[in-house]
Amino acid sequence: MPIYLALKELWRNKGRFFLISLVIGLITTLVIFVAALAEGLGAGNREYLQKLNGELIIYNRNADLLIGFSQLARSKLAEVQRVPGVREVGPISFSSVSVLLGGDKRLNVSMVGVEPGKPGEPPVLAGQGLRSRSGREAIIERNMALRTGLKVGDDFTVKSTQAAKDQFYTLKVVGISDGRQYSLQPTMFVPLLTWDGIRPTAVVNESKGELTSHIIAVQLENPNDLKTMKQRIEDQVAEIVAVDRVTAYENTPGYSAQQSTLNTQGSFVLIIGTLVIGGFFQIQTLQKVPQTGMLKAIGTSNLTIALAAIVQIIAVTTLGVLLGGVATLLLKLSFPPTIPIVFTGNAALGGIAAIMLIGPIGGILSIRYALKVEPLKALGL
Amino acid sequence: MSTVLETKSVNKTYELGASVIRAVDDVSVSVQAGEFVALVGPSGSGKTTLLAMLAGLLSPSGGNILIDGDDLGDMSDAQRTRFRREKIGFTFQANNLVPFLTAQENVELMLRLNGKLDREGKLRAKELLARLGLGDRLKNLPRQLSGGQQQRVAIARALIHNPSVVLTDEPTASLDTERAFQVVETFSALIHEQKRAGIMVTHDLRMCQYADRMIQMMDGQVVRVIKDKAEIYDIARTSKIESQATRPATEKSNNATSQDAGRS
Repeated sequence: MPIYLALKELWRNKGRFFLISLVIGLITTLVIFVAALAEGLGAGNREYLQKLNGELIIYNRNADLLIGFSQLARSKLAEVQRVPGVREVGPISFSSVSVLLGGDKRLNVSMVGVEPGKPGEPPVLAGQGLRSRSGREAIIERNMALRTGLKVGDDFTVKSTQAAKDQFYTLKVVGISDGRQYSLQPTMFVPLLTWDGIRPTAVVNESKGELTSHIIAVQLENPNDLKTMKQRIEDQVAEIVAVDRVTAYENTPGYSAQQSTLNTQGSFVLIIGTLVIGGFFQIQTLQKVPQTGMLKAIGTSNLTIALAAIVQIIAVTTLGVLLGGVATLLLKLSFPPTIPIVFTGNAALGGIAAIMLIGPIGGILSIRYALKVEPLKALGL
Repeated sequence: MSTVLETKSVNKTYELGASVIRAVDDVSVSVQAGEFVALVGPSGSGKTTLLAMLAGLLSPSGGNILIDGDDLGDMSDAQRTRFRREKIGFTFQANNLVPFLTAQENVELMLRLNGKLDREGKLRAKELLARLGLGDRLKNLPRQLSGGQQQRVAIARALIHNPSVVLTDEPTASLDTERAFQVVETFSALIHEQKRAGIMVTHDLRMCQYADRMIQMMDGQVVRVIKDKAEIYDIARTSKIESQATRPATEKSNNATSQDAGRS
């Protein structure tokens, strides 16, 4: 009986309910988009560190886990390597340069200095890894390949400002990795010595002392032994701090602030969605007071009335979510890869689940109101 | 004829600050199967309040209401709701029909609510609507029907599930004269034919010509019961009715009329 009443009303008022579903669809699209934007921006920030082939990351103790502030001498690399349980270590340094794309076009990229064959160098999907410690060669990640059109074997020029002058360096693409952005920029990986020569500096050939790195990636013999190894490394190597990858990328500058901002936006969209959906159903309930009163007067139970309302809310919300899903899919197809929006199954499911939940939550008040309708008053008796 | 509906010294009072308002005061009436009773009286006389209590929509402050021997006062809210959909048919002055159901679906609704809708039930609904002159309007939504047609659909819905009691509140309030007579005549005919106990609350004394009995109420009390057909016709023709009780009614005269009504 409740399903009969609910579906008959939906069918005979298709236009009105379709409009409500359309609004729910738009809210769904917005929720999924905010989630996808958070995912895209988050991934752009954390991708490289998240996929790093090392379980622990070493920072200078005084750097407060800020990569830019951390400077680790070569001697630290050797000390960490000597700690029992450490399989391999790799120094990693970060900076930004511009890739010249022809004409006036250029692309700002993150340049990551790594040691060939050591933790920090990404595995390649095409081409090969870095071969020499100081060669003019680079592995570019997927996003950089897409944005520049570079292929394995291509030469490209980077511009770096050193001593207030633009310096140009030519590099060869030796390999292409999967998506490994750092700091929301397309990223390339070069040998650490090459990095040291190219990176922007205040004076030309600034670094003539001991080669330092920002962080050290550590591969463990037993990757499950994180806690013990972290403690052991911190005990045996002075002035450093070891953290796991999650802690590392959560402390990337701006990452937490960005994610909390987007999550707050997402929460607000859900709250607004709840109010909008709740408002719709409340208005509808108010319009139906005489009808509800009449149904009660002829012997329809409160349970039937409540279930009919719930079935209606779920049906309208489901249609809205489907419409929103289709709209999102179409929008996604029209977006260029440069826009940092990443639709993952989890983000989409999270958005859909949230909307499916806020439908009934928004409708609770209206159901409560419908149950309180007095037949006598509703019918004006 | 057997007694289907009986009220015993029913009263309904409301407290308004320090004063007590007696909306229905010591009313005892009974209605037999196949009897059509018109409940008349001026606004505020208590007839609609009495009707609401008879329908189980309002609990009396005192007294008993029995339908088929079951006392409504002994029932929980849920039991009364179930009782209403099984034993009572109801039409209202307005908002009678579910707006998104067709005429036929509105009539079938009572069978659906009672879990008794089958092929035979659907056929009965169609026949009843055809009998009421709506055979060509089965698939029409309420908004596609005139006021009179809507009232006739409501009458069909009130009768389709074979209730013991059929109550109708001002069924002609929004109808033109011709439609009003048609609706009440049909209603009366079906009450008699199907042996239901029918009660109609109306302001329009002309409609009482189809009633077997008139119960006049004033200030919450039954002040007069008219059983004489000739007298009923006369009242319907002239649209004038005299109250045997002068205001305020004496306790003695009220008791007499109430008991009279109860015996009817």
